[in-house]
Amino acid sequence: MQIDWIWGLLGGVMIGCAGALFLLGNGRIMGASGILGGLIDGSGRSNWAERTAFLVGLIALPAVLQSSGTLSTQTNLTPNLGLIIIAGLLVGLGTRIGNGCTSGHGVCGISRLSPRGIVATLIYIGAGAVMVVALRGIWGAL
Amino acid sequence: MRLLIALGAGALFGSGLHLSGMTDTAKVKGFLDFFGAWDPTLMFVMGGAIIPMFIAWRVAERRKPLMGGDFPAASDPVFDRSLILGAVLFGAGWGLVGLCPGPAIASLSYGGSGGFAFLGAMVLGMLLAPRARQWLDRRSVVA
Repeated sequence: MQIDWIWGLLGGVMIGCAGALFLLGNGRIMGASGILGGLIDGSGRSNWAERTAFLVGLIALPAVLQSSGTLSTQTNLTPNLGLIIIAGLLVGLGTRIGNGCTSGHGVCGISRLSPRGIVATLIYIGAGAVMVVALRGIWGAL
Repeated sequence: MRLLIALGAGALFGSGLHLSGMTDTAKVKGFLDFFGAWDPTLMFVMGGAIIPMFIAWRVAERRKPLMGGDFPAASDPVFDRSLILGAVLFGAGWGLVGLCPGPAIASLSYGGSGGFAFLGAMVLGMLLAPRARQWLDRRSVVA
């Protein structure tokens, strides 16, 4: 527990390097919701192959690590299917309406000192924090 | 080559998510729990990720992308209804179960049926988004 932040920092640097590679190499912003969303609604049809390659890497690597036994992932995801589906809908809708998520607005936007990225990040962290408190309140009342 | 770079960036992103523990929804929710047992890990992840990206943007000011083309133009600092409402909806969903799009996509290979359900719902939300956006834009023209 004490050293979690070191792994967080190291993992974060890796995520940042991934974003830097995608930016300086392909000239593209590494935003997970944008890359997937462009494939889903067709707005990213012109560079679908690049988007798909990114997603394949993102999905495949954990699978490889896991099958080789170097990784055991504990997601601690709630078993409540209703909550999962509502949350998924909100995340899909929200990231596409607001044009970004934690990687796009957060990592790529803040590092560019983009006012939109900074404002969006503050808002979604605030909304997430309110939700966590509200959820505990509702849970406690039940 | 573009595809290899994209594949590599995706894999590196996925490894970083795992190493940092951001695939664990309890750690994400722990970060959002400012008034409870606050877990600062996500802050270090963000901070760590911003360092290489900050340098990359500095480099981008003086160069062109290796594979040709141009870097994406900076967006105008417009805080329209879509940006704000979108961020609120996203944050609410994120806080509800602790998954954002990156880990949700990665979870396809380890997240079990819950991960699938989330991803399915997220894709549905993404399909509905262009319509919601049109509606918002129309409203803001009238208003």
